[in-house]
Amino acid sequence: MLLFLEQTLNGLQLGVMLFLMASGLTLIAGIMSFINLAHGSFYMIGAFVAASVAQATGSFMLGLAVALPATAILAMVLESGALNRLYDRDHLDQVLATFGLILFFNELVKIVWGAQPFYLNTPDWLSGSVEIISGVPYPAYRLALIVTGLAVALFLYLLIQRSRLGMLIRAGASNREMVGALGVNIKLLYTLVFGLGALLAALAGVMAGPIYAVQIGMGESILILTFVVVVVGGIGSIRGAFAGALLIGLVDTMGRAYLPDMLRLALPPATADNLGASLASMSIYILMAVILALRPRGLFPAHG
Amino acid sequence: MADRKLIRLLPPLLFAVALALLPVLAEAAGRGYLIGVSTNVLIFAIAASSLNLILGYGGMVSLGHAAFFGSGAYVVGILAHHAMWGAPLMVWPFHIGGTESAFIAWPLAILVSALLALVIGAISLRTSGLYFIMITLAFAQMLFFFFIALNEYGGEDGMSLWNRSHAGPLDLNDNTQFFYLVLAFTLALLFLKHRLVNSRFGVVLTGIRDNPRRMRALGYPVRRYQLAAFTLAGAVAGLAGALIANQTEFVSPTFLHWTRSGEILIMVVLGGMGTLFGPLLGAAAFLLLEETLADLTEHWMIIFGPLLLLVVLFARGGLWSLVERLRAALGGGGERR
Repeated sequence: MLLFLEQTLNGLQLGVMLFLMASGLTLIAGIMSFINLAHGSFYMIGAFVAASVAQATGSFMLGLAVALPATAILAMVLESGALNRLYDRDHLDQVLATFGLILFFNELVKIVWGAQPFYLNTPDWLSGSVEIISGVPYPAYRLALIVTGLAVALFLYLLIQRSRLGMLIRAGASNREMVGALGVNIKLLYTLVFGLGALLAALAGVMAGPIYAVQIGMGESILILTFVVVVVGGIGSIRGAFAGALLIGLVDTMGRAYLPDMLRLALPPATADNLGASLASMSIYILMAVILALRPRGLFPAHG
Repeated sequence: MADRKLIRLLPPLLFAVALALLPVLAEAAGRGYLIGVSTNVLIFAIAASSLNLILGYGGMVSLGHAAFFGSGAYVVGILAHHAMWGAPLMVWPFHIGGTESAFIAWPLAILVSALLALVIGAISLRTSGLYFIMITLAFAQMLFFFFIALNEYGGEDGMSLWNRSHAGPLDLNDNTQFFYLVLAFTLALLFLKHRLVNSRFGVVLTGIRDNPRRMRALGYPVRRYQLAAFTLAGAVAGLAGALIANQTEFVSPTFLHWTRSGEILIMVVLGGMGTLFGPLLGAAAFLLLEETLADLTEHWMIIFGPLLLLVVLFARGGLWSLVERLRAALGGGGERR
C-alpha cells in the first residue's frame, strides 16, 4: 500500500513533466496547426544550459533563471526567422523541416558540450525527503516538481480562460483571419505562443535534469511520449493535455512497477521480468491505439 | 509518334543500362565497395517507393513505415537464427524449423509485413491528419519495444547472421550477384508501380488523396482502397527489409526506430512525392549525401539538418521536379498532361 502511494506520486511526477511539454506542443499544434518535432530539442537545450550555468556558479536556481529565457528567445528567433513560413504548409513539410532541426540541435549540443552525459544536482534546500504520511518518506525534489507542475497548470488555465492574451489565443485558434482583420498582430501573437511553449519545455528539461541524466537524445524520448499525450488528449486542448499527461504518466509508471510482479505469478521470473518490462514500454502505445480507435479525435476534442 | 515514344523511353533505358554496368565499372576502377553502397541505395529505394505509394499517391502520411521494413528483416533474421542453431521455431501444433532459403524466408517476410500492415492500417485509417501520423508512429514504437524484448534474438543489440539467404543457383554472398538480384527487384517493382498507379486502382487512390469526400459521394469504398494500398506498401517494405537483412547480415531494433521511418519519409519527399523515379533519386541523394558529408566531418548532421529545412522551404516538388524541368527545357522532351 505504501509502495502504491509512492508509485502514484512517481506517476504524478512524470505526468506533470509530460504536461509541461504537452501544453506547449498542443497550443502550437492547435493554434498554428504546426507540428513541431523540435519541441524536444528545447527541452534538451534548457537542461544543458541550466546544467552548465549551475556547474559554473553552483546555483540551481540561477541555472533555471538563465535557461528559461535563453531557450524562449532562441525559439522565438527560430520561429520568426524560418518556422512561421511553414504554418500554411501541410503537416508533412513541417515534420521534415523540424526533423532536420532535431538533427541540427543534437549535433550542435554534441559540439558545444561533448557527448558525455551531464548531471544536474538538486538544490540543497530540496535535497531531503518529506514524510507525507508517517513512515513514507518521499524526495522533496520530486514533490516540488509535482507542485510546480500543478501551479503551471493553474497559471495556464487562468492565462487562457481569464486574460486578454488568452482570449486572443483562443480567438486565433478558431479563426485567425478574423482576428487579424480586427487589428490584432497575429504574427506577434504566434511568436509569443511559440516562445511560451519553448519556455515550458525548457522548464520541464531543467526539472528533469536531476532525475534523469542530461544527455543528447533526451529530447526525443520525451518528445514521443509528449505526442502520445497530445493525441490522446485531443490536439489543441490544454484540458486534454492535462488529463492525457496524468493518464500516461500513471499508466507508464504503474506498468513498470507492477507488470513484472504480476507476470511472475504465471511465468518463470526471468521471462516475467523481461516480458513485463517490454509490456510496460508498450502499454502506453497500446492505450493510445485503443483510445484513438474508439475516439479518433482524442479524449477532449478541442473545437467542433 | 514512334520517335517521341523513343525519346520518352530513352532516359529510363539509359539509366537502367548505367546501373547494370555499375559493378563492372566499380571493379575496374578498383572501388568494389561502391557495389555495396549501390545495393544499399536500391534497397532503400524499394522501401521509399513503397512509402511513396501511400504517401505520394494515397496522401497518407505514415511515420511508422520502418515497422514493416524492420519486421521483414526480423523474419529473415529469426528464421536464419533457428536454421543456424538447429532449434525449431515452433514445436506445437506443427513442427516448424528455421530456414536460410530465400524462397521460403523472403515470401514469409512479405506475408508477415503485409498482415501487420493490414491490422495496423485497419485501426489507423479510422483517424486522419496529425492523428494518423501519430498512431502509425505509436504502432511502430510498439513493435520496436516488442523486438527489444526478444532476448533470444539479441534484444536491444540485435543479432548477426552468418551468411546470406540461399537462393538456388545464385550465390548471394557474392556482392555482385546480390546487387543484380536487388536491381532486378527494383526495376520489376518500378514497372509494377508504374502499371499500378496508372490502373483504375491507382486513379481511384489519387482521387481519394485529392478529395476523399467526393470519392465517397461517388460511391467508392474509400477506406477499403486506402487499406489495400497501405497493406501493399507494407508488403513491399517487408521485402526491402528482407533484402537489407541480407545486405548488412545483421538485424536490430534500430531498423524499426522512428527516426528510420523519418529517414524513409525524407527520401520520398527529397526525391519527389507521387512520382515514379522520385523515391529512387531521393534514396540515392540521401545516402550518398550522408556518405559524403560523413567523410567531410564527423558532425555531418549539423549541415544535413539545416539542408533539410532549406529543401522543405525552397525546393518544393523534390529533385525529380528539377529533372522534369530540365527535360522540358531541353525541348519538348517533358510530358505534358
